[in-house]
Amino acid sequence: MKKGLSKTSLNQLITYGIVIAAYIILQALRSAGMMTSHLAGLLVPMTYYAIAAVALNFCVGILGELSLGHAGFMCVGAFSSAIFSNVFKETLPGGLRFFLAFVIGIAVAALFGFLIGIPVLRLKGDYLAIVTLAFGEIIKNVLNAVYLGKDSKGFHVSMTNSMALGMEEDGKVIINGAMGINGTPRDANFTIAVIVLLIVLFIVQNMINSRDGRAIMAIRDNRIAAESVGINITRYKMLAFTISAAMAGAAGVLFSHNISTLQSTSQYFGYNVSILILVYVVLGGIGSIRGSVIAACILYLLPEMLRSLNKYRMLIYAIVLIAMMIINWAPAAREMRERFFAKFRKEAV
Amino acid sequence: MALLEVRNLSINFGGLRAVDEFNLDIEKGELYGLIGPNGAGKTTVFNLLTGVYKPTEGIITLDGKDITGHRTEEINKAGIARTFQNIRLFRLQSVIDNVKIGLQNQYHYSTISGILHTPDYRKVEKEIDERAMELLKVFGMDGQRDYLSSNLPYGAQRKLEIARAMATNPKLLLLDEPAAGMNPNETAELMETIQLIRDKFDMTILLIEHDMKLVGGICEKLTVLNFGRILTQGDTKTVLSDPEVIKAYIGE
Repeated sequence: MKKGLSKTSLNQLITYGIVIAAYIILQALRSAGMMTSHLAGLLVPMTYYAIAAVALNFCVGILGELSLGHAGFMCVGAFSSAIFSNVFKETLPGGLRFFLAFVIGIAVAALFGFLIGIPVLRLKGDYLAIVTLAFGEIIKNVLNAVYLGKDSKGFHVSMTNSMALGMEEDGKVIINGAMGINGTPRDANFTIAVIVLLIVLFIVQNMINSRDGRAIMAIRDNRIAAESVGINITRYKMLAFTISAAMAGAAGVLFSHNISTLQSTSQYFGYNVSILILVYVVLGGIGSIRGSVIAACILYLLPEMLRSLNKYRMLIYAIVLIAMMIINWAPAAREMRERFFAKFRKEAV
Repeated sequence: MALLEVRNLSINFGGLRAVDEFNLDIEKGELYGLIGPNGAGKTTVFNLLTGVYKPTEGIITLDGKDITGHRTEEINKAGIARTFQNIRLFRLQSVIDNVKIGLQNQYHYSTISGILHTPDYRKVEKEIDERAMELLKVFGMDGQRDYLSSNLPYGAQRKLEIARAMATNPKLLLLDEPAAGMNPNETAELMETIQLIRDKFDMTILLIEHDMKLVGGICEKLTVLNFGRILTQGDTKTVLSDPEVIKAYIGE
């Protein structure tokens, strides 16, 4: 009995260990000046994509429901928290403000996840993928057309232009339509991002090993059998999906506080970003939380590092994707890997 | 009053009346068999009893409580557990986790303590682990606790499904063709297992089966279903020697 327990907790510790070790190495490289500013600027995005990948893996790999709208949850998390931070830019101290921005971003993303889940998660089949895909696109386009301002009288909303807000002289435009949100305080840094990643990993891994986690995975493995042993399918699906959306929202908060101009464009929040996150999840291994983190980091950095190769960049990226797929999942490659690690273990003993 | 009372249970699928005027009384502690040719509606009756289908007409009461039209998970909480004709295990999970999922509704801690792994979590998880091990021991599967359930041999998978159903602490256990696809040795072992559950847990069991040796060997009472209707009901011996039953099964 003890052996089984320590095996799972050892697995968890390895994941935390990898994240912390990577963090220490990267921080050391940066402070030693061995990192280009371009690469240093990629550290936070890398981390929030890893968070988004873990969030999506919780939905796809653990709950077993395909979501194609996690970029949309990032988007609502990013915008809601950026609005908050802009409003309280002068009145709240940085640390507290950023903490509350997280609370707001996570809560809003969770709310959207919850609302989408109410009708969709009652259905059997792949409806969630369709609805979340639409949700991501709708949210992106709506936020592209919204104007939001604040003056002494309160908030003003318009869908036409910033003039139509009809604000007092002291009014300030917060969301300027397609121009997005300008001047969000850049509160995010690599350390905070890694802490958030660790918290997300902690929540996901602990949850998997709890009563709720078992119920969620039971639904994934066999819905009918899960019902027959008294598991409330809708409740657990809602729980898991809401948590997944909330974690994607946390990634969004890091996003908006790491960029000076937050715009709701396809480049950042389109469906191709949702697909990109899904690629991280699939190549890292569906259901493998650690795999998602590693795959997200490698696959995010790689195309950026290959920029100097210009037009060959995407070619090499594609080859790496295929190679990763084979190394991770082809039976022969897995066997080789097992043998390789078995040798290691023997030497260690 | 009987543990399970079914009155005039019927269901229509479009124009087809799959089960018509089905009546059943099972007393506490009975081992009851439901037999009939293929397509007679036996599994449909199970699906009606467990809320997979909502009956068009009729009433189902368990232990005096009306459970007609309730959802599957509510019916399980009320006290009916089942196994499936085509095995439905949680394939990607270990043997013990399959049983632990069955224990889900008897041990509680909040989602938050599950995430934070609080002392409450540790205490209850330990209880769950002990109870699951106890159940596995009863079924002689404690040695395979960490096996992936889909890697078990066929007979053991069937047994694990029964163990999982028993973990939900039911009043009535429904077994849907437990001996399907088993060789004679496995069937004999299964008969022992069923007897064991009955003696050890004082369980009431309703089973669907085609294996007449098994049915004749362990069931006390039988209901024969043909074309959705009850052909005959009563003591095993009387029913099995009924010419109508032989006609339905073998033909004239």
